[in-house]
Amino acid sequence: MDIILKNLPILVVITPLMMSLVVALSSNYITSWIISCLTTFVTFCFSLGLFFELQNVNLISYHLGNWIPPFGIEYVIDKVSIIPILIISSISFIATIFSIKFMMNEISLNLIPKTYCLWLLAIAGLMGLVTTADVFNLFVFLEISSLSSVALVAMGNKMDKKALTAAYNYLIIGAIGATFYVIGVGLLYSITGTLNMSDLADKLPMLGINKVVIAGFGFMIAGIMIKAAIFPLHIWLPSAYAFAPSSVSVLLAATATKASIYIIARISYTIFGGTFELYAIDDLRFFIILLSILAMFAGTIMAIYEKDIKRLLAHSSVAQIGYILLGISLATSSGVASGFIHLVNHALIKGGLFMSVVAMGYYLQKRVTIYSLSGIGKKMPITFFSFIICGLSLAGLPLTAGFISKLYLVKAAYDSEGVWLCFLILLSSALSLIYLWKMIEALWFNPDDNKDKKVKEIPEIYIPLVLIAFLNIYFGIDATIVTESSFSAAESLLKGINQ
Amino acid sequence: MKNNDNENLETQENPILRISAKILFTPIILFGLYVQFHGDFGPGGGFQAGVIIASAFILYSLIFGLRKGHELLPPKFNFFLLVMGAFIYGFVGLTTVLMGEPYLSYNVLGSTKQSGQHIGILLVEFGVGLTVSNVMIALFNAFAGFNFKKIKK
Repeated sequence: MDIILKNLPILVVITPLMMSLVVALSSNYITSWIISCLTTFVTFCFSLGLFFELQNVNLISYHLGNWIPPFGIEYVIDKVSIIPILIISSISFIATIFSIKFMMNEISLNLIPKTYCLWLLAIAGLMGLVTTADVFNLFVFLEISSLSSVALVAMGNKMDKKALTAAYNYLIIGAIGATFYVIGVGLLYSITGTLNMSDLADKLPMLGINKVVIAGFGFMIAGIMIKAAIFPLHIWLPSAYAFAPSSVSVLLAATATKASIYIIARISYTIFGGTFELYAIDDLRFFIILLSILAMFAGTIMAIYEKDIKRLLAHSSVAQIGYILLGISLATSSGVASGFIHLVNHALIKGGLFMSVVAMGYYLQKRVTIYSLSGIGKKMPITFFSFIICGLSLAGLPLTAGFISKLYLVKAAYDSEGVWLCFLILLSSALSLIYLWKMIEALWFNPDDNKDKKVKEIPEIYIPLVLIAFLNIYFGIDATIVTESSFSAAESLLKGINQ
Repeated sequence: MKNNDNENLETQENPILRISAKILFTPIILFGLYVQFHGDFGPGGGFQAGVIIASAFILYSLIFGLRKGHELLPPKFNFFLLVMGAFIYGFVGLTTVLMGEPYLSYNVLGSTKQSGQHIGILLVEFGVGLTVSNVMIALFNAFAGFNFKKIKK
């Protein structure tokens, strides 16, 4: 027990990584699913353990191979990284329980164990991304997670061959992002001689104004922005999410971009926080705010005109990433906190929305547009009800989680930028009601087009679906845990700037 | 047709190629092992050695046909070895965790720190070599087999 507690930071990464190998060797698809469920559950327990351990200390530092930090790889769990760790481990657990029904439907049975191997690898990569405090190790995990998600997206080719094109686009664009990131890391390493984040943060301000630092920062941020699908660089995301197998869409939509946004916050505040004063970073901040506003509107408008329901949700993800980035780029304590609150809530919202939408498309056995799902809500009331809850949460109705994040975001925007930004946020939220209503109208009010097909509820997925809908309401009523941990995360992130 | 593979029969019947492949097979693997076990002293290590060892198997498949290659190293066993390599790596790390030290701290593996580091890196590199060589072979099989299936249809 003591050994486990001492090694929690590495165990959250190594458990899914090692178990993915076990799953790869298992021959039966049910066994592989059960092992994956257990693995993600254990990972979630380890993350909870880290959360409770963090109540007493500010920071858990873990030295891999007993090498002292600036020389060896260090894993750091602090108030910031615990938030994505908990999101990824909990959502991946829920998504794994949810997944088997859809895997059996969409992937040939003999490939399911290997799919779960990739699934766990992707989770391990994401967990590694958010635990590591070494910029090069981060690159390795970035590659692990994105390569395995590319393969997962390509698994959708049994349903639609376009999945292969989507996966290829994702691969190429993602590889460009990773290359940019590693060029940035190389530039920083060439002038500081270190890869450790806190060591970089100490050494960078000493260099004074230096063009290499600026170039390194630019490359790193641009690379991660591609991975996080920030507005003009989001092009891979809609088709990757739309053509991936249903359960993969759920996992990726709820976790993958969140980890990248966390890295953006890490890079700009933890690593470059000390150099904020040196460079006129206000211009950059304004530029990123502009990008987030563009993302909010472009994503929403693209979603309004979209017919394919999974693509619609993916476009709306682009908009929601805009909100998160807006909060984080405000660079005030309440702004960053609101970004993190929305990071949590959006994972719950999008996870729930994708779950209910793919559940409704389950019996149609083809790609679902809004209109092929006409009137399906009446046949699947529970699924539809969860969909409504998550949808209202997306729009930010009071008593749902989305309301809390919008509230804090608007407040932070008002405090730092003024009324115009609040107006833009509220306007884009109002626009999101349009596509939400479009879906609700088609799913509930339109006449039933699928009378001849046997469409009924899927009881196997009640637990994850209802759980996520419940969490959306619960965090709308009592958001203390989320807000408190987000505010302490924001404080410890901004410590770098205020030094 | 001798082989159902429908591969390039000319190369397969060419005695010079067949005999030189047979002669070269063992020295290539031997050289791979040399690179493998000198990784901790000089240039080399698991990655390079893995590729060199895999090249012996790939040469064999190229000359004698994919079918013979599969007989030499069945794809299932290939996949098993591929996974086992990564396992070895992970288990070395977990062993040190069980011995009460952080992940991958080789010091505790031997009686002295130095021998511990030596044993640790050798085991890890062995795992890396195993995985890399089998990944290379699997990649070759995947691309070579792809063509084969298409022609069959």
